[in-house]
Amino acid sequence: MKTASPFLELDSVERVELSFNGELLHLPDGSNLAAALLASGVDAFRKTPVSGAPRAPFCMMGACFDCLVEIDGVVQQACMLEVRAGLEIMSPDTTGAFDEPA
Amino acid sequence: MNRRDLLVIGAGPAGMAAAAKAVKLGLTVTVLDEQPRAGGQIYRDVERAAKARGAMLGKDYVYGASLAAEMRESEIEYLSGSIVWAIEDGFRVSYTRDGSGAQIEADRILLATGALERPMPLPGWTLPGVMTAGAGQILLKQSGVLARRAVLVGTGPLLYLIAAQMVRAGTPPLALVETQTRSDFIRATRHLGGALRGWRYLAKGLTMLAAIQRAGVPRFTGATDISVEGQDRAEAVVFTCAGREHRIECDTVFLHHGVVPNVQAARSLDIPHEWRADQACFVPQLDGWGESPVAGVFIAGDGAGIGGAKVAEIAGRLAVLKIAEAAGRLSVKERDQRAAPLRRMIRRELAARPFLDLAYPPFAGALAPVDETIICRCEEVTAGDIRSAAKLGCLGPNQAKSFSRAGMGPCQGRYCGLTVTTLLAGANGQTADQTGYYRIRPPLKPVTLGELAAMSVTEPVGKE
Ligand SMILES: Cc1cc2nc3c(=O)[nH]c(=O)nc-3n(C[C@H](O)[C@H](O)[C@H](O)COP(=O)(O)OP(=O)(O)OC[C@H]3O[C@@H](n4cnc5c(N)ncnc54)[C@H](O)[C@@H]3O)c2cc1C
Ligand code: FES
Repeated sequence: MKTASPFLELDSVERVELSFNGELLHLPDGSNLAAALLASGVDAFRKTPVSGAPRAPFCMMGACFDCLVEIDGVVQQACMLEVRAGLEIMSPDTTGAFDEPA
Repeated sequence: MNRRDLLVIGAGPAGMAAAAKAVKLGLTVTVLDEQPRAGGQIYRDVERAAKARGAMLGKDYVYGASLAAEMRESEIEYLSGSIVWAIEDGFRVSYTRDGSGAQIEADRILLATGALERPMPLPGWTLPGVMTAGAGQILLKQSGVLARRAVLVGTGPLLYLIAAQMVRAGTPPLALVETQTRSDFIRATRHLGGALRGWRYLAKGLTMLAAIQRAGVPRFTGATDISVEGQDRAEAVVFTCAGREHRIECDTVFLHHGVVPNVQAARSLDIPHEWRADQACFVPQLDGWGESPVAGVFIAGDGAGIGGAKVAEIAGRLAVLKIAEAAGRLSVKERDQRAAPLRRMIRRELAARPFLDLAYPPFAGALAPVDETIICRCEEVTAGDIRSAAKLGCLGPNQAKSFSRAGMGPCQGRYCGLTVTTLLAGANGQTADQTGYYRIRPPLKPVTLGELAAMSVTEPVGKE
């Protein structure tokens, strides 16, 4: 986690508390989850199952799957989710969770 | 089960315009889009964002609000947040909404699923902090989030658009590293006539460039040997320009060298595609109305070939004319009469394309990347792996997939498919058409067991 975010937020929206890998964050309610995590200074969302390289959102449109996070045991695309109070977000450690789409 | 005259997939300009037109012609219409709000890529979240930052995003963006409002106010069933993952004969479409699966039936389908950024594999492009330029725009439009220290890398009008928007927002990019060359421009001038007929696009481009220049943003053109450096995230862009190596430190890199049709849904229906050399991508085979060889499946917008937002909107309306005629709501004569002015508009809107395609060609260094470059982000397969697969006798992407795992990950080849085709074609001395593309099979997006379990399965209507 970095102290200064590489991103600037223009809107001031009421913030709600949630956690990312156990760390408490206050993010704008209802905003795009991937955007809000980036703006709060989260650099890497996960590590790849193949080489352990860090990854963060790339496309912001649900196509690349680099923004995967785990919430309530389900691996999901953060760029397709909205910020809600109380979310417990984890970097997925399920090697190859999406290997062969169901 | 719910059966509709027309099911539209995608609520961008093509889908929104088509749905509104179809309802006016008396058809029952449902629109599915995976995004929480209507607008598609260009008009992302337009009804909210136009109010908050319309001035920064520009008039062309704000225009989209009228399309979204028209759709919202008519009798269209618009189901936002619906991820379509299967389209079966008949037609039956399966999608996930709010964590549960659902199905809908329709007589005809319009695929309006738009475009994806053309993959731009460079050394270091998988590092956190490297995103598509489109992603940068989405951050700005949808979330009001701006990169403080960004370098824009690549080529084309969309690169200037985001640069101009960043300038207006007060955080100009640190630099534009552009890949087109003077000789590209000279080659393009033979289409200057068309460009002048499409002068509105040129005028817009020049205005954006002037704004970028006024803000003092350095521009490097004809850049080669581009890579992104960094340990755990992007730290600098390195490139060669006019024989000199440059290194620009930054936190964010936005990549862009054009957009290409998102062919996932069309391919899953086995609609044949052919290579378009002028746009360096595959496009689906369609008739003059946008109907595919799979009768009843239409495609409009950038998914049918890149034409931009205006063409997408008009093509959506054009497709609906044939759909309405087939459903008995228009006579052939009425259909053709109404189509004529639309076709003229499309021709006018496309006039500047040949010039733009030649003046801003895709970056050669990313079409055929150096061996070490990761080309499949999901499985971390390199360009060298694909070339080795070719040496072992792989002619097509599906074979290369089983050799290298390229295209096996969750993105299902969206960001490596074209690169793999190009690499194999180059290595084997074959054309892109001979080389082909990945076979796409449903589900188009991963579906969880929970979503399937929550699916209400009803017997299909009107089938034995
Ligand atoms: C990231 C990005 C940003 C762009 N920004 C601009 C811009 O600022 N200006 C400009 O002139 N052009 C822009 N373009 C080019 C753009 O493609 C066209 O201008 C225009 O948006 C095309 O309209 P469309 O209706 O064909 O598709 P789109 O506007 O792309 O709409 C397609 C819609 O289909 C939905 N969809 C796709 N697959 C599924 C599925 N499986 N299930 C459910 N829904 C699905 C998507 O969510 C999307 O809303 C951008 C392109 C991209 C990729
Ligand atoms: S950032 Fe690409 S899928 Fe979320």
